[in-house]
Amino acid sequence: MLRILNKILRTGMVSESIPSEDDELERLGISVKRCLQLRFGRSLAIRQVDAGSCNGCELEIHALTNAYYDIERFGVHFVASPRHADALLVTGPVSRHMEAALKRAYVAMPSPKLVIAAGQCACNGGEFGVSYASCGAVANVIPVDVAVPGCPPTPLTLLQGILAAAGARKATARR
Amino acid sequence: MSGETFPREPFAWLSGYLASLRDQHVLVHDQTAQPLAPARVLEIDAEDWGKAASVAATAGLRWAACWGDHIGDELVLRAVLETAGDYIVLRTVVPLGKPVLPSHTPHFAAANHMERHTQDLLGVAFLDHPDSRRWIRHRAWPDTDHPLRRSFSGRGKTQASTPADANYRFEKIQGSGVVEIAVGPVHAGIIEPGHFRFQAVGEQILRLETRLGYTHKGIEKIAVGRDPDALARLAARVSGDCTVGHTWAACQALERASACQVPERALILRALMAERERVANHLGDIGAIGSDVGFAFAHCQLSRLREYWQRRNDELFGHRLLMDRVIPGGVAVDLDAAAVRLLHTDHVTLRRELAVLFDILDDHPSLDDRLLTTGYLAPDHARNLGVVGFVGRASGQGFDLRRDQPYAPYDRFEIPVPLYSDGDVAARMRVRMDEVYIALNLMDQMLDALPGGVTRNVLLPAADAEGLGCVESWRGEIISYVRLGPDRRVARFFPRDPSWLIWPTMEQLIAGNIVPDFPVCNKSINASYSGHDL
Repeated sequence: MLRILNKILRTGMVSESIPSEDDELERLGISVKRCLQLRFGRSLAIRQVDAGSCNGCELEIHALTNAYYDIERFGVHFVASPRHADALLVTGPVSRHMEAALKRAYVAMPSPKLVIAAGQCACNGGEFGVSYASCGAVANVIPVDVAVPGCPPTPLTLLQGILAAAGARKATARR
Repeated sequence: MSGETFPREPFAWLSGYLASLRDQHVLVHDQTAQPLAPARVLEIDAEDWGKAASVAATAGLRWAACWGDHIGDELVLRAVLETAGDYIVLRTVVPLGKPVLPSHTPHFAAANHMERHTQDLLGVAFLDHPDSRRWIRHRAWPDTDHPLRRSFSGRGKTQASTPADANYRFEKIQGSGVVEIAVGPVHAGIIEPGHFRFQAVGEQILRLETRLGYTHKGIEKIAVGRDPDALARLAARVSGDCTVGHTWAACQALERASACQVPERALILRALMAERERVANHLGDIGAIGSDVGFAFAHCQLSRLREYWQRRNDELFGHRLLMDRVIPGGVAVDLDAAAVRLLHTDHVTLRRELAVLFDILDDHPSLDDRLLTTGYLAPDHARNLGVVGFVGRASGQGFDLRRDQPYAPYDRFEIPVPLYSDGDVAARMRVRMDEVYIALNLMDQMLDALPGGVTRNVLLPAADAEGLGCVESWRGEIISYVRLGPDRRVARFFPRDPSWLIWPTMEQLIAGNIVPDFPVCNKSINASYSGHDL
């Protein structure tokens, strides 16, 4: 136990130790937090759905939760069910075999039903496009609010996308 | 760096296998041309397909892959077998009008899913296959259509939407107190889609059946017609966590088919990136195993190290996951002297950090309690299933291409291969901890041995040629087959991800464990859904 505490103490807070990139991260994070405080009762619950990706995007989404980005401090949580979610974070070209599952996850999500399409494949089909096995972009299957480019998108780009989605709520909420 | 002097006589066993085939009256045609070197191709008659496997099983060969190819009005079937580091490729032909072949599955359990994949995509009927249910096919195309036939349009038939998979006959266990638990395709965590069907009594799992194919993207079909660069980009996305491994294997196949010599410097840089990929994935997964049993400390620390590692990838190689850095004929990146120094320093730092962390993981009673004996894969079962990679090495199967069939540049280095037979989650974690240290030492040697010169030679794709790429990725052996057509473009691409051989172990090792231990067992083998579903 002492060894663990010692290691934790010696590691310190990495979330603040990288100046250049973290300035950007901090700035983005604060904007996300403000936006969420205004519009989402301080937190945004995200359900991630892999609709057929190569798993590269998943690695970078995972990275959002590591100590460097620590996305939870900005009020963004990944939840286990679409029923608990404000937003779906969808990756991959939508494989035809995942089409029904993605639609069901979308239906199960309560309003405002934000959808973030993350990664090149989710934006436009990427390297896989539309085929007998793939529906291509997420927008071909469910309505998309924000598309995040990149193959895969970096954690910072993902955070920007999440911020944009939280902001996009403004337009839909007034309807 | 030391010259490997271990005396190894390639194919010393082959004459014995050929003699046994003769005893069984199996006729082997034309062995002179060797289009898939270093593998040997044995052309046999379709009716002998099963017998050849039966003899191979008796001789103790490992079954590694099979795939079909529609050429003219025939279907060409190939199966890869390995022993002592030597690969043979069985090849046979069946007419399109009567695509029937004896199955290898009765002799090799590993053949089960790949034969059913070939059945679904190419319409080959495997006689005496114990399980003829569809596998990759759900409901995106009818059973009368076969996507890998040339007459099948890659766009498919226009279809408003694909209904959810239904009417798949899962095995059921009857009895009082047996409950069925269906999980997926959308899982609770940030993970790829797949379906798991548990039969359990209380917490205890009696049986698990996996149902995959959800991420099937038609990779084999959309590869057709691509030029080498476009094929490499596709191969890089077969499984994102294994992007260096798959791109290297596909490029190796292309380069062998086109007799393209890769520059020495590029070979070392490829191996360096492959080892970096190994370290990144091992770090991430060891942390995730900790997280799956509630030991958040391991996850925090190791995901921190992984992030640091990935940032260095971005800084020096231009991509956090090293995607598209391996290209046909060489690599798309180069390192200067300052970068080499920086990497050496990184290795020292990482060793120092891991010495503390792995020491804690090694000696933490609550972790032992959850990981020891959990998810036990017996060495016998591992051998029967033909499993490769770190899952195999934790269950007594020591095969490692880098040592046993060393491709350049690994032929110049000594590769220690950790081997355990405990077969539990702890052993798989132990193998991966060892492999991180081994990779760090290897990378130091590689950086010291980095020769000068160019990093890419021009690859002129050959016409009507084929090649087989075999690479030891972090997950295990990748076998990548590429055939170029008369127009010098890809006519067939089949990347055999190690996950094909790893997934079946899940059903074995989970029996008798409790349902809440499924995530940690799954993470401990970490097979790829995308690499398997293609």
